[in-house]
Amino acid sequence: MFENFINAFLTAEGFAFYLFSALTTGLFLITVLSKNILYAMTSLAAGMVLISGFFFLLGADFLGVVQLVVYVGAIMALYAFAMMFFDATRDIKEKNTNAMLVFALGGLSALVLVLMFAAPVFSENVVALYPMTEGVGNAQDVGIVLFTKYLVPFEVAALMLLVAMIAGIILAGKKMDQSLTEDMSADDEIMIIKDEK
Amino acid sequence: MIGLTHYLIIAAILFSIGLAGVLRRRNLLMLFFATEVMLNAVNIAFAAISHYYNDLTGQMFAFFIIAIAASEVAVGLGILIVLYKKHGSLDLDDLASMRG
Repeated sequence: MFENFINAFLTAEGFAFYLFSALTTGLFLITVLSKNILYAMTSLAAGMVLISGFFFLLGADFLGVVQLVVYVGAIMALYAFAMMFFDATRDIKEKNTNAMLVFALGGLSALVLVLMFAAPVFSENVVALYPMTEGVGNAQDVGIVLFTKYLVPFEVAALMLLVAMIAGIILAGKKMDQSLTEDMSADDEIMIIKDEK
Repeated sequence: MIGLTHYLIIAAILFSIGLAGVLRRRNLLMLFFATEVMLNAVNIAFAAISHYYNDLTGQMFAFFIIAIAASEVAVGLGILIVLYKKHGSLDLDDLASMRG
């Protein structure tokens, strides 16, 4: 058992796998446990960079690049910009429930979920629906499948991103100094009408 | 050698870290971070299954998960900004206005 572990550790793939696993686990633990928003966000971004390392290990080159560009480049930058609206330097105070109980519950329910989804994978022979083509790069292969079999979901995802962009602009965009829910302009108009009288 | 089980186990560990974060956190921004952790863990599992079964479907699902995560963050952060302007805090206990 232990010898197997050492042997796996000594190969390049094994070394990279165990290094990435240890680092991502540590960084995501900081994200979940830290009291400071800035530390949590930074460790989350670093963990996401390392997760793209997993994708490169698994031969999913295009997915790894998308992870770097979209997750680290776009989503974390969005978080960084949004943090300018919040008081990020102050430590947040939270009324914590029993931490051990929460970890036990989280671990148990995650285990149940993994068993639920992994059981059919291990129980029967899974036939590849869209097998990878030999001698074709991963990006080209992904493109072929994405623009033939998954064209409709791709277009729907594009529409969803458009809707999300419009929602983001409306919620956080214009009239930043005013509240959306309390109509300040109505008060101003009432004041003006009073002044005129 | 590193097998599929290794990747599924690390995905399960990261997913349970994220789930514990969702259960434990009271700050809305921290809850968002915990959901990102969970989404990333699921993406690892999808990419690993895609690699070991030589099938591209897992990678396709991971792409769509990333697209959904991006739109979720765009809308969610907008809502957080509106909430922060209204209440002055992102704490879930402060936001519970219905006293249920």
